[in-house]
Amino acid sequence: MTIPRIIKKGEFAHKDLVSMEQLTEKEIYLILDKARMFKEISLRNIKKVPALKGKTVVNLFFEPSTRTRTSFEIAAKRLSADIVNITSSASAVVKGETLLDTAQTLMAMKPDFMIIRHSFSGSALYLSKIVSASVLNAGDGLHEHPTQALLDMYTMKEYKNRLEGLKVAIVGDIAHSRVARSNIIGLNKVKADVMLVGPKTLIPTGIEKMNVKVSHDLKEAVSWADVVMMLRIQLERLTEGLFPTIREYSMLYGLNKEILKNLRKDAIIMHPGPINRNVEISPDVVNDKRCVILNQVENGVAVRMAVLFLLRGAEKVSIEQ
Amino acid sequence: MLLIKGARLVDPSHHIDKKADILIDRGKIVEIKGSINVRGAEVLSATNLILCPGFIDIHTHLREPGEEFKETIESGCRAAAAGGFTAIACMPNTIPPNDNPSTTRFIMERARMANGVKVMPVGAITVEQKGEKLCEYFSMKQEGMVAISEDGKSVMNSGILRRAMEYAATHDILVISHCEDHNLSGKGVMNEGIFSTRFGLRPVPVQSEEIIVFRDIAVSSLTGCRLHIAHVSAADSLFHIRRAKKKKMRVTAETTPHYLYLSDDMLSTYDTNLKVNPPLRSRSDVQALRKAIKDGTIDCIASDHAPHSPAEKEVEFDIAKPGIAGLETSAGLIMNLVNDGVISLKRAIHLMSTGPAKVLGISPNSLTVGQEANITIIDLRKEWVVDPSKFFSKARNTPFAGYKLRGRVLATIVSGRVLYSEL
Repeated sequence: MTIPRIIKKGEFAHKDLVSMEQLTEKEIYLILDKARMFKEISLRNIKKVPALKGKTVVNLFFEPSTRTRTSFEIAAKRLSADIVNITSSASAVVKGETLLDTAQTLMAMKPDFMIIRHSFSGSALYLSKIVSASVLNAGDGLHEHPTQALLDMYTMKEYKNRLEGLKVAIVGDIAHSRVARSNIIGLNKVKADVMLVGPKTLIPTGIEKMNVKVSHDLKEAVSWADVVMMLRIQLERLTEGLFPTIREYSMLYGLNKEILKNLRKDAIIMHPGPINRNVEISPDVVNDKRCVILNQVENGVAVRMAVLFLLRGAEKVSIEQ
Repeated sequence: MLLIKGARLVDPSHHIDKKADILIDRGKIVEIKGSINVRGAEVLSATNLILCPGFIDIHTHLREPGEEFKETIESGCRAAAAGGFTAIACMPNTIPPNDNPSTTRFIMERARMANGVKVMPVGAITVEQKGEKLCEYFSMKQEGMVAISEDGKSVMNSGILRRAMEYAATHDILVISHCEDHNLSGKGVMNEGIFSTRFGLRPVPVQSEEIIVFRDIAVSSLTGCRLHIAHVSAADSLFHIRRAKKKKMRVTAETTPHYLYLSDDMLSTYDTNLKVNPPLRSRSDVQALRKAIKDGTIDCIASDHAPHSPAEKEVEFDIAKPGIAGLETSAGLIMNLVNDGVISLKRAIHLMSTGPAKVLGISPNSLTVGQEANITIIDLRKEWVVDPSKFFSKARNTPFAGYKLRGRVLATIVSGRVLYSEL
């Protein structure tokens, strides 16, 4: 089944945001610029603009998520859109309804946006091909999580005033991380330098071809970096034999006070959350001045407002009426 | 009587390549001559067409018994005829699997009722394909089974495989191996490399195939059992096959048209029609396989016809069933390689006809007087576009939809009966 593509003109000519891969450098900066305007709205007493008034947004989450779902929900509400949450802890397969059926059922109710999180790679792209609504990828399997990368880049730019030439170390389970993939692709586009850090079991095959450095030494990476991005270690990786124990993982790749001595004073520490204290990050690091984890969360709302606005709102409405 | 006039007869195994008329009576070739005229014979004009020994597909899935919504023996036979095949070997992974003589007999009976191309059942190596207990190979062979294969999986226990191959060798039964180390494949769905990393799809390394190719050759060496490696997808596997052949071992191998055309970089679309097992490999593997079909490392082409219903493909990539409905595109894709200069016409006909017969150890189709008239007629120059909606198969799952190919099957004759004809 194919649906007619909506051809959009102008500075942001996309129906969907399914990947960082689809964006140009210019479009990335456009989103970040718009986000700066939207961030201000969240600081107002009345945190609402009518930009997406009358639009319907469906939050379609096939994987448990609190922060991303809430962030999208608040973003949509601050733009005056109506949003409904569909959370399915069990996958569609278990329920016996396919993604195709779910999508068609929802489309019959005429939403303007569908925000999808799904445990299978490619599901956001698949959805974008079968519905006429704008599809936002809120994380598909091991593939991409573009709004996370955009909010991370926004935060880097906010603290470091630039992205080009910035040295970003991403530490942890790169192989199973859509956050890492989207950041690598996005940071490449804005000409930042990326170093990936972790044991070989967590570094996927051929990743060097994505224009990144690979290191197995956290200390080396921390001394090099302007930005240290720690990734969450899923405890299930332990049963897959990807590292022997949490203790040894934490010893080698956990960010603690000792390792932090090698980090530049003006560097920043990031984490997409939720954090595993004492696994990839120790509590005293969370309280370090250079840690910007909560600022990432704050910026997430602004960036998602910008993306929602650019995908559908742009031609018809302006922020201030 | 059937008289086919004006075709170019090409039968590489008998060094035949000439323009001649061919007369068929009571299922057999009765005369081959420059010009034949017989009153009352049905005449097929095949001027400018290639007439060759009927194609044989050594690896298909007919889904009956158990999954008749995907394909039946009857619909599969019609698809095979349209694809130029006069005989097909069908794999045992039905529901229930073909792991006992009565299921083999059932398949043979259904094939007789379908009254189409010849159907040659392949039996399972172990009961329920569980890798534990040997099937009754001898009794199944008596019912018409031509080979055994665990199909879709490997017998992971080398001890069991050894006994299976020893027992098979006792009755001169061919073992066809799907080569995959399931522990190494894990939950993988595509070839491991830069593209699996980029697309975020769980990877299967080429070594998952290579290890079992090597192991099965070793067990063949231990047991003296004939071994055929199914759907070779990776260049690294070819090394071991070449080595076995050099040692004059009884080891043969097949590949499929999709491994000769498609590569892992194409999965950026997450098109589930590109999901196959083993997974599509890199472009350099495609080139290596193209070389291997030419130099004889690969003995035959198999379609690995794997029909699926739309419901099994219109889902996320991870949960889509692997496989391509290949019966009706296989010959066209191979003839297209002839037109592209990858292989000669003679080699192509060998790979499609004599090659698979030799692997199976059955008497090959040939264009000689007295032989059963199993014939495929091809227009090597005809351009056509693959249109799954026109398939005789129940299935539509093909990544080749829309492909423009040069070279098409125009007629298929089995035991003197025209089962398919565009003439």
